[in-house]
Order: sequence, then structure tokens, then C-alpha cells
Amino acid sequence: MSAVRKPPSFFAGALAEVGACGLFLFAILAAIPRSLRHIKETLRQIWFVGAMSLTIIMTCGLFVGMVLALQLYYTLSIFGGTSALGTVVALSLFRELGPVVTALLFAGRAGTSITAEIGLMRATDQLSAMEMMAVDPLAYVVAPRFIAGVIAMPLLACVFNSLGIFGAHLIGVSWLGLDNGTFWSNMTSSVDVWTDVINGVWKSLAFGAFVTLIATYQGYTTPPTSEGVAYATTRTVVFSSIVILAVDFVMTAFLM
Amino acid sequence: MMQRSSYQIGTGLFILFGFAALAYLATQTTSLANFRQGDSYTLKARFTNIGQLKLGAPVKVAGVRVGSVRSISLDPVKLDALVQISVNKTFNELPDDSAAAVFTSGLLGDQYVAIQPGGSPDMLKDGDEFILTQSSIQLEDLIGKFLASGGPPSSSAANKPEADDATKKPESPSTPSTPSNSSKP
Repeated sequence: MSAVRKPPSFFAGALAEVGACGLFLFAILAAIPRSLRHIKETLRQIWFVGAMSLTIIMTCGLFVGMVLALQLYYTLSIFGGTSALGTVVALSLFRELGPVVTALLFAGRAGTSITAEIGLMRATDQLSAMEMMAVDPLAYVVAPRFIAGVIAMPLLACVFNSLGIFGAHLIGVSWLGLDNGTFWSNMTSSVDVWTDVINGVWKSLAFGAFVTLIATYQGYTTPPTSEGVAYATTRTVVFSSIVILAVDFVMTAFLM
Repeated sequence: MMQRSSYQIGTGLFILFGFAALAYLATQTTSLANFRQGDSYTLKARFTNIGQLKLGAPVKVAGVRVGSVRSISLDPVKLDALVQISVNKTFNELPDDSAAAVFTSGLLGDQYVAIQPGGSPDMLKDGDEFILTQSSIQLEDLIGKFLASGGPPSSSAANKPEADDATKKPESPSTPSTPSNSSKP
């Protein structure tokens, strides 16, 4: 991965960056069969990017569900439609907020640490040392993190959604006094497994792939200086957020 | 040192937890929760107008869900809507003079098929057809009829439909064809 030396213009530079990132994706995909030997490393990465993110995901999911219920309750009460609270919360969580907010949190919590870790490996020549020892850094360092991200993201989004529903139930039923049966029966009669729940899973799969691709690419190609690592970490968050929201729009347009 | 095995157990727990959350979402918060799909049998009903009835809409007896709408098609000869509903085998004691009606839950809610049980000793079997059906009530028709007939009797300039006028002039029920037995047993 040789960095683009002197980009002729901003757009050509951005285009070259996107192209290099795409080629990096193919390199990762090609390295996945070889990385199956390092299954323990993959498991460790799932633990690190997935299980360790559970606290922030669960807390945020609970609060997002609670604030959604509170806001929608006051809006729906204008139309006398508060019985639809469960439906509206569930649909907005499953279709949009769950995958997107989880992906944004994931980029901040796991993406940055992936970039910083790989970037420091690059800066301290650990990646070159691996190559010298005939250990492919793509198969040992990058691919396990990519697989871990793709596996962990949908699971985290599902946890986020569940906690969001729990939070909405807490506010809607326990605090604002909606009927428990109405809350659930309206939700279950309008939420569909395939068009709502599973579409959200597809989205979060794609987000997991994009976030970990950007994070590993930024770390792998960082300039080997402390400033370069800091800059790469920032760019991971910025690019991930932009890509998540843009891809979300495109996927919504295709899936719904 | 347990470091190595502890993260592996943690990873396994995390994956299990994530899939448990997915299973919870898929089965408890979606239409699958209503779908204790046991054995079911199919009944047919013809309506002159089904309104906004959709596939998978609930079928209810006394307000309790007993099945769902399986298919909706148009009879090419009689030009009425042929609705096939599947009813759970548990509820196989519907009298064969029961009536099917397309109702709306709430003023603007989704539409469903309501079965009003009759009193016949014979029961509906798989593939039977409802003799008595009642089409969906079209809100637009009602509003149209009200506007057409609900003007003030003395032709005044202000034809704001007052509430009194509406009660003075009861609608003549001119819904065509299909007989209905909406009388409560």
C-alpha cells in the first residue's frame, strides 16, 4: 500500500483514497481464508470490539428508547394516538435508529481503537517485523478485526434495539400510564420480521463492514508518526460517520 | 492465569447474548408474536367491497384473534372480492350460518375480518364459504352521502352542517346487495 505521493487536486486525491480503500477491501477479503488459522485472534477481537462495547451500547439504547417514548408521547397525544407509541418506537428503532446509532457509537468506541492500535503497530514497525517473520499482517492483524466487526455490529444493534424497546416500555407504560396490552399488541400487529427487523440486521452488517474497513485502512496506511496516528484516528471517526449516514440513505432507498 | 479462557467464554456469552436479543426482537415484538401457528383450516368469503383489507390482516371472533387473511382475489365472473382466511384449528366450532364482515379497528385503523357466530348446529369445515357477508364501510361514501343529504332544510346561505341537522336526518341505509346480520345474539 504505497501512499499517493502528491495528489494533483483535492478531488483526484479523494478519488485515489477511495480507490486505495477499495483495493484494501479486496486484499482483506483475499486474506480471510488465511486468517482462519488465527481463529483465536478473531475471537479475541470479537471480545474486544463487541463484548467490551456492550456497556455503552446498552446504556445508550436504554436512553434512546426512553427519550423516543417521551418525545413521541407528547406528539402523539396531540392526535390522540398515544396507543401507537409502541409501534412508532419499534419501527423507528428497528429501521433507522438502532443500526445507525449503534454504528456511530461503534465507530467511536471500537473503530478508533482499531485505527490507533494498527497505526501504532505501523509507527513502531511491528507490521514490518511481522512481514519479516513471514507472518502476513493482513491475515493476522487486519482480517480478524474486520471479521470481528462484521459479526459484532448486528449483535450490538439487536441488543441496542432490545434495550430501546425496554426503555420505551419503561417510560410509556410505567411512567406515562399507557396500557401494557395496547403497547405490545399494537407493536406486534404492525412490526414485520422481514421488512423491519431483518432489514435492520442487513444495515448493521453493512455498517460493521464499512466502519472496520475504514478503521483498519486508516490505521494500516497511517504516516508512521504520532501526529499521523492522531490524524488517522480522527479521520476514522469522520469518514465512518459520513459513510454510515450516506450508506444508510442508499440502503433505505433500496430495502424499504 | 485465566486470562486466555476468560475472554473466550466472554466472547461466547456475547455472541449468545446478541442472538438472544435478535430472537427476542424477531419473536416478541413482531407479528410473529401473534402467530402461534398451529394447524389451521381455510374458509372463503365474498365481499362486494373489501376496502383496505390487506394480506395477513387479523381475523377475529368477539374481538379475539383466531386467524389471518390468506389471500385476496377478484372473482372474474361475479366481480366480487374472494377472500380466503385461515382459522386456527382450535376454533373449529364456528356455526355454518356465521357472518363475516370487514371492520375497521378504530376510526382510521387497520381493517380486519370479524366473524359473527350464528346459531346453526352445523359447523363450518375446511373450504366452506360464508353465506352472509358484510362489506367494509367506506368512510368516503358516508361523508359523501352526508354532504349530499345533510344540508340545512330551509335553504339558508350558511350551509355549515350543524350537529342538530345531522341527528334530525338519519341516513337511509342504502348499502347495496349483501345481507347482514349484525344483530347481537
